[in-house]
Amino acid sequence: MWALYLRDIRLGVRAGGGAFVGVLFFLTIVAVIPFGVGPDLALLARIGPAMLWIGALLASLLGLERLFQADRETGSLDLIVIADGHHWLPLTVLVKCLAHWTISTLPLIIAVPVFGLLLNMDPLAIGATALTLVAGTPAITFIGATGAAVAVALPRGGLLVSILVLPLTIPVLIFGVSAVNGAVDATAPFLAPFLVVAALSMFFAVIGPFAAATALRALSD
Amino acid sequence: MSATQIQTSRLTDLANPTRFLALAGRLIPWLAGSTVLLLMAGLHLSFTAPEDYQQGITVRIMFIHVPFAWLAMMTYSIMAVAALGTLVWKHPLADVAAKAAIPIGAVFTFLALFTGSLWGKPMWGTWWVWDARLTSVFVLLLMYLGLIALHRAFDDPVKAGRAAAVITLIGFINIPIIKFSVDWWNTLHQPASVMRAGGPSIHPSLLWPLLVMALGFTVLFFTLHLMAMRNEILRRRISTMRRIAAHSADKEARR
Repeated sequence: MWALYLRDIRLGVRAGGGAFVGVLFFLTIVAVIPFGVGPDLALLARIGPAMLWIGALLASLLGLERLFQADRETGSLDLIVIADGHHWLPLTVLVKCLAHWTISTLPLIIAVPVFGLLLNMDPLAIGATALTLVAGTPAITFIGATGAAVAVALPRGGLLVSILVLPLTIPVLIFGVSAVNGAVDATAPFLAPFLVVAALSMFFAVIGPFAAATALRALSD
Repeated sequence: MSATQIQTSRLTDLANPTRFLALAGRLIPWLAGSTVLLLMAGLHLSFTAPEDYQQGITVRIMFIHVPFAWLAMMTYSIMAVAALGTLVWKHPLADVAAKAAIPIGAVFTFLALFTGSLWGKPMWGTWWVWDARLTSVFVLLLMYLGLIALHRAFDDPVKAGRAAAVITLIGFINIPIIKFSVDWWNTLHQPASVMRAGGPSIHPSLLWPLLVMALGFTVLFFTLHLMAMRNEILRRRISTMRRIAAHSADKEARR
């Protein structure tokens, strides 16, 4: 399993800057927002956490279709499904999700402080956003793994993955943003929504790999 | 033991599409007839029911809005059961049932949102608010539409059925969220007044028309569902026959 993790990370790094494109996409979203809502710094500071969350959500969906598709193209996906007997498939999917998170979502979170400055957020809000993203984005990856597994055989599955996955990520977004608001605003609670976000991640860490494994087994040709 | 065996064998009998088609052909006229009778009775009751002292005549929207919302959730629950049937028992009719229910459920969900919005304008003063109940039903509509898109993306209906079953089961998390959203969060939408612990809090003069309408629309759903399932089976048969015909024509041409 550790070997699989390292292999996926190595493949992700060498596959031609998947993480770089994700961060660039994130930067583009953040850069487009001031054009849309106007360069009012107070307004940007207020909606900044929500914008960073939405940007991170979209950017992390961007690379999801590659989660299984690259393996399918090389044929190793069939081997992974066949090896179900001695390498339990849900566990394999979980490891692949963790590798995907490390390679394509972690760079986004590392970039959050810089982008937060662009949106005129204060350090506390930036820290809270980064922290909630660390707690919440695994849930997005795990839900997305199910979508990616379902759409793996489709030629243009990327858009479909986003359509299927986005409605399910709404709770993560709601509680993530409300946790950041709780950290900034003294009257709103921080810990409760933050714990809900963490709980969602753990919940989907169980559900997502199981569903993805079921889909992979059912759809393998 | 024997009871479950009988039930299993009955379900297995229905796995034969021809038997299912015969059963559906016998049931559909009865269901359609009772739909018409129930809806006519329900409409009569709804329009003779007294007006609400606060909401006036707009309370009549409830008699269609609430059944639509119930059916939106019931359809998804039926799809989730059918999805289990696809994945666990590999019942051949389960994915037909799940696929046939999607468009019907989507229409019911849309109508629930639409009538709710018409009701919300005079009552709340706005067409739409992002409160928990409305948002979660909106998410349900998005999931129905996503499932339609998923079915269209696949060439092979069996594979599409399996893929959609996985997504349907994941999305089922939303159903309890819709049901309890009015209890968990402080929403503009009113809390449950019919199906709640301690009996319905709604007056019988308004409750009876509502229940008749709900029953009428439920029977309407089953009529439409059976008809859609029949169409889906026939459509699959035609495509198989076409493929066989094309195959044999190919052989003829080669000779």
